[in-house]
Order: sequence, then C-alpha cells, then structure tokens
Amino acid sequence: MATKSIVGRKVGMTQVWDEENRVVPVTVLSVDPNRVVQVRTPEQDGYSAIQVTYGSKKAQRVNKPEGGHYAKAGVEPGVELLELRLEDVSDFTVGQELGADVFEAGDRVDAMGTSKGKGFTGVMKRHNFAGQRATHGAHLVHRMPGSIGMCATPARVFKGMRMAGHSGNQNVTVQNLVIVKADTENQLLLVKGSVPGAKGSTIIIRDAVKGN
Amino acid sequence: MKATDLVEKTQLRDDVPDFAPGDTLKVHVKVIEGSRERVQIFQGIVIGRRGDGAGESFTVRKVSFGVGVERCFPLHSPVIEKIEVVTRGDVRRAKLYYLRDRVGKAAKVKEKRDR
Repeated sequence: MATKSIVGRKVGMTQVWDEENRVVPVTVLSVDPNRVVQVRTPEQDGYSAIQVTYGSKKAQRVNKPEGGHYAKAGVEPGVELLELRLEDVSDFTVGQELGADVFEAGDRVDAMGTSKGKGFTGVMKRHNFAGQRATHGAHLVHRMPGSIGMCATPARVFKGMRMAGHSGNQNVTVQNLVIVKADTENQLLLVKGSVPGAKGSTIIIRDAVKGN
Repeated sequence: MKATDLVEKTQLRDDVPDFAPGDTLKVHVKVIEGSRERVQIFQGIVIGRRGDGAGESFTVRKVSFGVGVERCFPLHSPVIEKIEVVTRGDVRRAKLYYLRDRVGKAAKVKEKRDR
C-alpha cells in the first residue's frame, strides 16, 4: 500500500525540457495545503488512512454535522473531505499540514481522479471497436458493433457483452507516472504524462503501489 | 494568463528575436558529435510559425544542392544557441507552403523595404 499521498487539483498540461534537451509533457497539479482532520487506525477503524481537507469554505456553507466534525478536530473547514489510504499513519497527527514537498523529483506515483464524462457513446468510442466498412454495400452500419452473439444456442446475449452506453465520469487510476518536479515555492507538482479528469478536478497522488 | 504560465515562464527563452514568416534566419544549432559539442548553422526562409507558449515552433526551409530541406525547431528549445535574422521578407501569408512547389527564382521571397 501507499506510504505517502496527497490531494491536488489539475491545473493543465504543458511541456518542460529535460537535461538532454528533450521535451517532457507534464501535467501541472496545484497542491493547496492538505490539513489532516482525522487519523484512521487499524485498532479503531479497521484500516489505516488519513482524512484530509484543503482550501476553504464559507462558514454559512458548512452544515452542522460537517462543522461539528471540523470543530472537534480543530481544523478550518475545507472544500471537501477525502481519505488517503496509507500503510502507516503513526507519523500523522490531527491538524498537521501537508504540502507538495511530500514528493520529490523522480518519484513514481499513481494519479487517481474522475475522468471526463462523455455521455452516451457508441462502441467505437467506448470500447475501441473497429466499426465496419465505409463502402462495399455497407449501409447505416459504419459504426455498429456487428454480431453480439450466436443463434438458437445459447439464445441469449452473454452478460458483460460490450455495447454502447454511458462512458467517462468514472474513477480512473493511472499508475507509475514520474514526478518531474516538486515546486515547494508555488506548491506545484509536475507529473510526466496525463492524468484523468478535467482542469480544476481533484486528483489524488500516491506513491506507486506497483513497479519500482 | 494561462493557468500553467507559472511553469511555462521558467521554460521560455528571452533571447528570441522578433521574426515572421518570410524572414531569412540563421539558426545556430548545438550538435553533439560523440563527446564534443559544436554549433551548426541552418540558414533558410521561415515558412511558418505555430503554437504558443512553451510549445511554439517554427519551420525553416532552404534549398541545399537542389534538394529542398525543411527543419522544424521548437522556438524555446535549449538546442538552439542563437537565432539571427538575416533579412525581412515581404509576404502576404502566414504559411508559405507554396514555396515547396516552386524552384529557382520563383521560390524567392521579396525583401521588405522600409518606408
């Protein structure tokens, strides 16, 4: 399981030069200070995690149960509450602040976010089907899936058959991205490659659980 | 201002001269040969500029021994040591792709005359 983790917001993508003068595509993530609101321990909660918040919320927008939870921890109410699952939480205390310096350049990380919603899409976009011919008599079937099963046996469509439907707007994890730079001055993380979600969306970064 | 400007600012070079399509440039390119590094000059006409910010690039075309050669450079690349403007061209288009179909005198770009 992950040993370090942080919540950030996707700012956008750009490019930087590496020491061999090559272009590196990077996603910029801004990290508002993460405030620890609660520490979940195996003894008390059955699993280990830290509950964090970031940013700030108008006092009138904080509802009573939520406000009480923040007040108990003595932490200023933030935009949202998230739990970061970690292997060992003994180093964390309530009220502690985490920043972009959690990671350093060269670290391998996983990025978790909610992908952009695509609405109801066909099989070509949703499952990368090849579609059908453009010519040779193809009529109104260019983007159709083709056959979805056999005949009188089994006389039904198998469960899990890939078809058209809603796509996007789901939790996506991209594994083993490299941190190009951790800018502690501006609280920015530069991650090589793309991360799921739209600009401004919440991204959880944790150190890679696979690889290394 | 773009949201990623904070990062891009550090990647931009500040010694880029003002040039436009039609201009003739001398691009000083760093070339690594084995262990040593030397500078090669690529001189030709700018036939287009594209993109913005850290991703901006430009294309230079020259005719070398009767063969047209085009090279596309990222504008802010550290590989470029220096960009020199030799002449200013007088053109009416942003992309001078029509030069590819022309040879000899027809492939020339009029020089801009200051008034």
